[in-house]
Amino acid sequence: MSAVYLAIPLCCLAAALVIGLFGRRIGRRGAHCIAIAAVAAAFALSLLVYADVRSSGAAGGVFHTVYIWGVSGGVPMRVGFMIDALSATMMVVVTFVSLMVHIYTIGYMAGDPGYQRFFCYIALFTFAMLMLVMSDNFLQLFFGWEAVGLVSYLLIGFWYERDSAVAANLKAFLVNRVGDFGFLLGIAAVLLLFGSLDYAAVFAGAERVSEQTVSTPFGEWKWMTLVCLLLFVGAMGKSAQVPLHVWLPDSMEGPTPISALIHAATMVTAGIFVVARMSPLFEFSEAALSAVLVIGATTALFMGLVGLVQNDIKRVVAYSTLSQLGYMSVALGASAYHVAIFHLGTHAFFKALLFLAAGSVIIAMHHEQDMRRMGGLRTMLPVTYITCAVGALALSGIPPFAGFFSKDAIIIAVSHSDLPGATYAYAAVLLGVFVTAFYSFRMLFMTFHGKIRVAPELRRELRDPPGVVTWPLVALAVPSLLAGMVFFGPVMDGSFFGEAVHIAPEHGAAAALDAQRHGRSGVLLILAAILHGFVTAPFWLAVAGIAAAWYCYCEAPQLPARIASACAPLHALLRHKYGFDALYQKLFAEGSRALGGFLFRRVDAGLVDGFLVNGAARLVGRGAKTLRAVQTGLTYHYAFAMIIGLFALVTYFVWR
Amino acid sequence: MIPLSHYLALGAALFALSMVGIFLNRKNVVILLMSIELLLLAVNINFVAFSHFLQDAAGQVFVFFILTVAAAESAIGLAILIVLFRSRRTINVDELESLKG
Amino acid sequence: MTFLQYAFYFFSAALLFAACMVVGIRNPVKAALFLVLAFFSAACVWITLQAEFLAIVLVLVYVGAVMVLFLFVVMMLDIDLAELRAGFTRYLPVGGLVAALLVAEIALVLARAFSPEDFAPPPPLGREHSNTRELGRLIYTEYAYPFELAALILLAAIVAAIALTMRPRAGGGKRVDPAEQVRARRERRLRVINMKSESPGKSESAEAERETETPARKS
Repeated sequence: MSAVYLAIPLCCLAAALVIGLFGRRIGRRGAHCIAIAAVAAAFALSLLVYADVRSSGAAGGVFHTVYIWGVSGGVPMRVGFMIDALSATMMVVVTFVSLMVHIYTIGYMAGDPGYQRFFCYIALFTFAMLMLVMSDNFLQLFFGWEAVGLVSYLLIGFWYERDSAVAANLKAFLVNRVGDFGFLLGIAAVLLLFGSLDYAAVFAGAERVSEQTVSTPFGEWKWMTLVCLLLFVGAMGKSAQVPLHVWLPDSMEGPTPISALIHAATMVTAGIFVVARMSPLFEFSEAALSAVLVIGATTALFMGLVGLVQNDIKRVVAYSTLSQLGYMSVALGASAYHVAIFHLGTHAFFKALLFLAAGSVIIAMHHEQDMRRMGGLRTMLPVTYITCAVGALALSGIPPFAGFFSKDAIIIAVSHSDLPGATYAYAAVLLGVFVTAFYSFRMLFMTFHGKIRVAPELRRELRDPPGVVTWPLVALAVPSLLAGMVFFGPVMDGSFFGEAVHIAPEHGAAAALDAQRHGRSGVLLILAAILHGFVTAPFWLAVAGIAAAWYCYCEAPQLPARIASACAPLHALLRHKYGFDALYQKLFAEGSRALGGFLFRRVDAGLVDGFLVNGAARLVGRGAKTLRAVQTGLTYHYAFAMIIGLFALVTYFVWR
Repeated sequence: MIPLSHYLALGAALFALSMVGIFLNRKNVVILLMSIELLLLAVNINFVAFSHFLQDAAGQVFVFFILTVAAAESAIGLAILIVLFRSRRTINVDELESLKG
Repeated sequence: MTFLQYAFYFFSAALLFAACMVVGIRNPVKAALFLVLAFFSAACVWITLQAEFLAIVLVLVYVGAVMVLFLFVVMMLDIDLAELRAGFTRYLPVGGLVAALLVAEIALVLARAFSPEDFAPPPPLGREHSNTRELGRLIYTEYAYPFELAALILLAAIVAAIALTMRPRAGGGKRVDPAEQVRARRERRLRVINMKSESPGKSESAEAERETETPARKS
């Protein structure tokens, strides 16, 4: 199997290199053929690995070292793979979504001058993401982490002629740097504590160091809390948790396939994946788990609220991504790592679906993204409409769509958590269900229902885009519908991930989920879950959200504007996204500019140039000017000087 | 007998006089050179006196060398003086200040 | 007071007086002449110290050669005395002060370190003692290398003085270029001519002709 492991990322890398280096020679057709073939191969091999992992029983994972890159200070830097249920699942999700996006790109990017470059980037991205999830040590994890960040930077700024795209990719890069800084510190702390960067050694030593403490400016902390918080700062950057979420909505400047691939399905899930991967560490720090829980809940509810007031179709989806990532964090915080990954997987499918559907609408509308200029498109774009509706239903958590199962599991897990902040988190995710349903269907209704607001000359040309665009939609709609039902049972009884995630016995969420089955399994369990779902609060909240959206945007289209003017301050707050952007702009961007200006004018120009450099030169010049007067050029002055020197010498001998 | 101190006093007086000469004739190179000769003579007197009182002829050998060097110095000094006068038509030290910083 | 003491004080007074005149007199020629007197007096003082050879050398070299050189130069140069004397006494107070201080300090040193008891007068030397021989022995044995160096310094002084003062004469004059002489090659001076050996009975005129043709053969 080890050759297969190696082949999975390498075929993506090879495709990226070939397309990147010889893109001009192989042409557009060659580029997409190579990229799709490589990613399809990676997907097929991932399925093989997945089947292998499932059939061999979810053991502790296979460790496979490819080669040792170097040894520094006794710490080997390996390139290696850790294959277990967790990474195998991630590999399948990543390669599947990536494959769909590759195919979709043929239609979406047709005619774009950067066609080959785009395929090079997304193949490279798939490689980086695979390296990240397959890694068996922190160093390779960090490599994948940074590579993903780099490629996302390149892709967000893909249309580099646009100022807004360049600003957005810079923003994404800088915000991710903040997170990566914490992540790097976390890795350094791991190395300090465990003396090793390998997962196996670190997880084995977790219990040993769990009681060690460190003094911080905030008092005596457990080492484990510090390590986990630092690692979670990195995860916050990548997974766009409050307050490091600001880059994700702006990253919608990139082409839509990128939004689907990176900012919905794969890259942003890296943070969630890492926390799940680090579950043996997080389990030893309730404080860190609590922080994850609270931050996730905040992201889930409040970013969803911002989604309510967006008019750009892609931005609505982007804010829903933020909100769903918050849900995943909440699951992590409640120690339900397997549920978080479950939601990650289902979300990857329906969010990619939603993004691609949005992209499909955008293609049909000739790159118009404002929902206020759409409406009533359902008859003209039937495939897009149906698949988008599937995505919205899944996102809202309506049974039996995939989102229902995973979201319900999260809510149950939170309700059984007894960490500080769990009550707040429970309230937030419950409210979030209503908000999610509302903005999802608001988008759906504004785009596909109601009055047709499309410009008349465009109306005649409106039709579903070609097959390369619609087929991925259908292909993603299927798992959006089914993935929840298929994997619900194994996830709920905890057998799906086996020992890939570690849950301490005292954290009761997993046991509660298991108990929720009442011993049922298979189809019976799913039917029971669906039936049970109809009588719980989340379902009715979701239905209420849908109904509210229908009322506001189909029955009484004037109502939203009236509500907005009635609660003007609240509306303004949401419009300004709670002022995070303005705050960061003021505090960090302008602050650092001001600091830079100050350092330039006062320190660099004033102190260094003015005082040290020119000052030294001036001092020498002034001293020389003074001393020059001594050099009169008159011989007798020199003679006098000699005589006075002689006099001084004799005086010295006399008075010695 | 004449004690050593008398010779030394003579040397010191001669030395002081020639130094005054350097201060006074600061513009006239010829007299400056003469004053330097007198300075060396004062030193030589001391050498000879010590040589005599210590009964060590080495002091006189030094005087011999000093005389040699002084002769060479005055010869070259005067040659320079002549070249100087040829080019500047003066030996006034006040006007020789091209080395001024 | 013995004769020696009289002589010493007399010549010392002469020396100091001459020195005063050298530094104070207006006319450089007279200053040079007073310098002669000063050196002569110093030579006499040295004789009281039984340094006869040096005294003679002083008179011969300084009075005879160096002072004459001074006189030559002073007389050769057309010196504007008035200009040189301007501000003559301006530095007198400073110079006097420095000189007085220096003398005072020397006196202090002398009083502290050279009490008369430490330096008792040496026993008089015998008639057979020769100051010249003593010096010669030292110079040619112990101080042989410094002596050679002194000779080199004199040579350098001679070369320097000539090189500084000599002007190339207008029209070139009859000068020899040493470099040209060193570069001389046989080929440029000598011409070898193959000829038949003389056979008796040749005419005289032919031989004479050949002689005029090859003057180099004679040299």
